[in-house]
Amino acid sequence: MIYRTGSYKTFTIINYILLAVISVSCILPIIHVLAVSFSGKEAAGANLVGLWPIDFTLDAYAETIDNRNFSNALQTSFLRTLIGTAFSMLLTTMIAYPLSKEDSELKGRKWYVWLFIFAMLFNGGLVPTYILISKVGLMNSMWALILPVAINSFNLILMLNFFRTSVPRALEEAVLIDGAGYYRILFKIYIPIAMPAIAAISLFTMVFHWNSWFDGLIYMSDLENYPLATFLQTIVVQQDFSRLSVDSESLKNMSQRSVKAAQIFIGALPILLVYPFLQRFFVKGIVLGSVKE
Amino acid sequence: MRSTKQQWNLRRTWPLHSMVLPGLIVLLVFQYGPMPGIIMAFQDFKPYAGFTGSEWVGLDHFREIAAFSDTRQVIWNTFVIASLKIVFQLVTPFVFALMLNEVAKMAFKRTVQTLVYLPHFMSWVILGGILLDILNPEGGLVTRVMVEGLGMKPIFFLGDGNWFRFVVIASDVWKEFGFGTIVFLAALAGINGELYEAAVMDGANRWKQLLHITVPLLLPMAIVVGTLSLGNILNAGFDQIFNLYNPLVYDKGDIIDTYVYRMALLNGQFSFATAVGLFKSVISFILIVTAYRLAYKFADYRIF
Repeated sequence: MIYRTGSYKTFTIINYILLAVISVSCILPIIHVLAVSFSGKEAAGANLVGLWPIDFTLDAYAETIDNRNFSNALQTSFLRTLIGTAFSMLLTTMIAYPLSKEDSELKGRKWYVWLFIFAMLFNGGLVPTYILISKVGLMNSMWALILPVAINSFNLILMLNFFRTSVPRALEEAVLIDGAGYYRILFKIYIPIAMPAIAAISLFTMVFHWNSWFDGLIYMSDLENYPLATFLQTIVVQQDFSRLSVDSESLKNMSQRSVKAAQIFIGALPILLVYPFLQRFFVKGIVLGSVKE
Repeated sequence: MRSTKQQWNLRRTWPLHSMVLPGLIVLLVFQYGPMPGIIMAFQDFKPYAGFTGSEWVGLDHFREIAAFSDTRQVIWNTFVIASLKIVFQLVTPFVFALMLNEVAKMAFKRTVQTLVYLPHFMSWVILGGILLDILNPEGGLVTRVMVEGLGMKPIFFLGDGNWFRFVVIASDVWKEFGFGTIVFLAALAGINGELYEAAVMDGANRWKQLLHITVPLLLPMAIVVGTLSLGNILNAGFDQIFNLYNPLVYDKGDIIDTYVYRMALLNGQFSFATAVGLFKSVISFILIVTAYRLAYKFADYRIF
């Protein structure tokens, strides 16, 4: 039995209250944005809205959806997230499998591993990378947002450790002796077994792509090619309209607080939607990556 | 003898090598491809002249870094902001994990976890947008609560250097502390329950158990986390600062990464910006390698 002292009881009550307050504080900002986005223009503009909408209306969302620049950016973001994640996962699993072998089985494994590790620790820096992207002709191309970030060494290590710990060696050796090739083993044994890890890393990669904004800012010179995160950063948050060629009427609409809030909320919505699935995985994934065997 | 063995190995394992190949090409082009460009830190790089046509200046840019009060201030800001973040990102999750560990109701615990992990996945574009809005000195939500609710004077949080640093650190802790508790909760789950039973037998109450079992067993994880975060001592958080700062707070809030961005892409000082970036990369590299070695040596922590 646990000793129940008086002071511990007091502590427990305070502890519950504190935890509740702290937790709620983590979602207050997003609730505020939601409330502003559903509020009438006057109330939102005068900053009267707290955590509940005033003069409830969907006008802000209607205007946001009508905004061609916004829907364009939304589409770009979906596309980059989809293609970027698929591409990234394909490369990651294909690298992780060979590198999960022992040094004795795959000659040269050490070299590969060090190449990937070094790339995680050191990079060329902003200007040299920018020059390279423009030299290989990827400026204004969606591939500039996909190829440079395709391999995340941290995810690679997670995948590699998962392969190493979850597939029994004996099973693989038996199949090898039966004459199956490495490709068949990867796609028929490893990938099905590693599905939870693949799902988890995919979700992380999707969130990463959805949230990335800086690459769009420097590699895209045309607002037409901006992903949503970059669009939100420049147009909605920083209110930098220099790249926007629209009439003053829609410009005025764009800077209205309720419309801004609606755009920000739509930007956060996909994250909120995948979050429940994400949460199921990431605790496991992180523990898995930090504890080796 | 050895060469035939190697040949045999290659004949058998070439599919494995071919699997690495696509990723290797992407890695070599996009991660290693830019690295030769670092030489521009030792040149007076002009885009029209290219790497071969630009004049060599040796270590001039690095001397400038040491001599300019601007760069020295920026490096100092980076160091101050990053170290404060490291300290608070270590202490807050540690304490929070202990608090959560005392919760007996599983449903409550899980709800708390769900809520506090969430901000980690939000981007600084969105959170920065919200912060700019609620901290606005002219009628922002926080300002209104302070003025109308508490009768205080409005504070221009993002227009004053010291307040800016405070907001940066507080909002970063708010965003990441929840996620930081995960490793501690995992370590807590690994503590053998028999230890507590034995302690109860000896008459230890919950305070004593916390002090003499939980905290000591959690400390090694705190040491690992703290050591590994040393590599971040020059990472003050580009995304966050970039989305929150403005010229009013450059003196206290400008960090290496934002400075490099402005020097390079807005002022066109490509070589100087690259030199500043290289200075940061080299120091970070040394720190990360040292940190991992220390973590390996003292806690047997390995990533691969």
